[in-house]
Amino acid sequence: MKKCYLGVDVGSVSTNVVVMDSDENIVDTLYIRTQGKPIQAVKDGLKEIESRLDKDVEILGLGTTGSGRQLASVMLGADVVKNEITAHGIAALKCVPDVNTIIEIGGQDSKIILLRNGIIHDFAMNTVCAAGTGSFLDRQAERLNIPIQEFGSLALKSKAPVRIAGRCAVFAESDMIHKQQLGHNEEDIINGLCEALVRNYLNNLGKGKDIRAPIIFQGGVSANEGIKRAFEKILEQEIIVPKYADVMGAIGACLLAKDEVSKTGKTNFLGLDVAASDFSVKSFECENCPNMCEVVEFYRDDELVARWGDKCGRWSDVKVLSKEKLA
Amino acid sequence: MKITFPHMGNLYIALKAIFEELGVGVIPPPKCNKRTLELGTRYSPELMCMPFKITVGNYIESIENGADTLFMWGGCDVCRIGFYNTLQKDILKDLGYDIQMICVEPFESIQQIKNFLKKLKMVSGENNYLKFLTIFIKGIKLLNQVDEFEDLVNKIRPRQIIKGEVDKLYTKFEGEIKNVKGYKETLNIIKQNKEKLKKIEIDNNKDVLKIGIVGEIYTVVEPFINLELIKKLGDMGVEVHRSVTSSEFINEQIDFVPFIHSSKKEVHRAASPYLDTEVGGHARNTIGNTVLYSEKNFDGVIHLLPLTCMPEIVAQSILFTVEKEKNIPILKLVLDEMTGEAGYLTRIEAFVDLLKRRRESIFNEKMLSRS
Repeated sequence: MKKCYLGVDVGSVSTNVVVMDSDENIVDTLYIRTQGKPIQAVKDGLKEIESRLDKDVEILGLGTTGSGRQLASVMLGADVVKNEITAHGIAALKCVPDVNTIIEIGGQDSKIILLRNGIIHDFAMNTVCAAGTGSFLDRQAERLNIPIQEFGSLALKSKAPVRIAGRCAVFAESDMIHKQQLGHNEEDIINGLCEALVRNYLNNLGKGKDIRAPIIFQGGVSANEGIKRAFEKILEQEIIVPKYADVMGAIGACLLAKDEVSKTGKTNFLGLDVAASDFSVKSFECENCPNMCEVVEFYRDDELVARWGDKCGRWSDVKVLSKEKLA
Repeated sequence: MKITFPHMGNLYIALKAIFEELGVGVIPPPKCNKRTLELGTRYSPELMCMPFKITVGNYIESIENGADTLFMWGGCDVCRIGFYNTLQKDILKDLGYDIQMICVEPFESIQQIKNFLKKLKMVSGENNYLKFLTIFIKGIKLLNQVDEFEDLVNKIRPRQIIKGEVDKLYTKFEGEIKNVKGYKETLNIIKQNKEKLKKIEIDNNKDVLKIGIVGEIYTVVEPFINLELIKKLGDMGVEVHRSVTSSEFINEQIDFVPFIHSSKKEVHRAASPYLDTEVGGHARNTIGNTVLYSEKNFDGVIHLLPLTCMPEIVAQSILFTVEKEKNIPILKLVLDEMTGEAGYLTRIEAFVDLLKRRRESIFNEKMLSRS
């Protein structure tokens, strides 16, 4: 029987699942698009992973992360529910123990994490703008009618630099259209976009931060070689893209789950076949006070398993009570 | 006449009691909620800061409940807030509301306090200045009592043994305040609840992190705009200290009066190597209090500001240097209309993780150097 841990990272753009064995080797990884349906994505991801795994694999623990971490935890029963900043930091430390800087660019947000002597020292996340993130690139790729997977390799072919404004997605887009109409090469424009995104990232998140090597680049966008090269050019440093760069959050969740299970000696994980359960959500507006919270009720196979969304705890605390009674 | 005022955290408790003492009908606005925000953003200039928008919403909701006189503070030296009342009066007039606005200037001198008392006279129709003065002093006392109560709440919340007990008491407290009138009754309720709070079972040996909150006052004291940050941190087992509160704000202005104390001098001294003049708002306090928190061995500082807040943007650029020189982690949170909490929670949780690990490593270093 092979003993393994499961990490699930439910992000806005992708849902990632990682299976890690007890010696911390990665057994399998999965990257699927969330497409605005996190519940379905988690179900599909788990089913897919189950069908790929050997029959004799036993899951000892589960960690969840990403913006949908609470949801995934309620669905599957997690041992650890961790924010993505800590999860990414833990995973990067595993790959490069002396890492000092982590550049993480995902679909909806981007982060910079600074580490010193193996602990997270400082971090920043983009605030109100998505200009420096994957969805911006996605949209531009669509506009140019190029599959996003080829975006990076095309950028590498560029010979003449074309400067594109990077401050804001709207500016960048109109600047790009203008450069297209001037007749610039497609690869030069794509390269310009990559550099614009990197400049934007460094101006927003890197401002005032001491970016020291070794630098790791991870998250969905790290698959884009054009961006990697732009970072290397501007920072004048080597950028390391780890083997499993696109699923680092899930790896961090695995490591944390292993740690937690070793402490508690048991797991909350409901088993791989939980993916076959029927999940449904109902919501209502609580009218008990002027806050008018939107309360979400979560059902697993018609059984109410959790409520959330209220400020005062009158609904979410009920769940805890009923659980205690059952026990 | 029915008077109302905008919300700013627990300030309403003292204001309500003062006006009741003056014998005026008071209509406090409903607690800030989604509708307040919606009304406020609909009728305010787009680029205006959040506190302005929420205040406009407060007024409209109060007027709907029957208020006809609006109380507001202003003055020309603080920040945009000095201009709030003028603009808000116009906005409400354009909307067709027939209202009267009473605006109080900052208390910089005895003369200003006199002017304030004069304005109170307009409201109440009473003539006795001595009575006004006693009511004014009572108001200040209440304000200080409420903030002391709140500080105690923030101290006990991370240490409570049964999760949610403090908040249950607090919700009940808010309900009780609604039903009492005047200084004496209000003070009694605060005192009673303080005693009840002290009886809540706590874990004294719990290792709690300490985080200080600095920044623009409205975002610090109003839980609706800061997405209940202080409560969330408390539930994560963090003791939170607020550096700017309504009571400290008033005390700083009137500490030339013999029996009033504020930490203004200390804060200004602490800020002076980085910023030794007023640049508006609470920028100077933000810098000074961050320095003080580092001297008091707090684990970290959270800096709150509403989007487009000029004084705090100035403070923010200085905080980079303070963070480095004083070796204290600072998390900046910019607050605006967004009520989606996921992004904020991620930042807060990660910050708390960072502080925990940092404390552990400092502890380990100490142990190593000792052995």
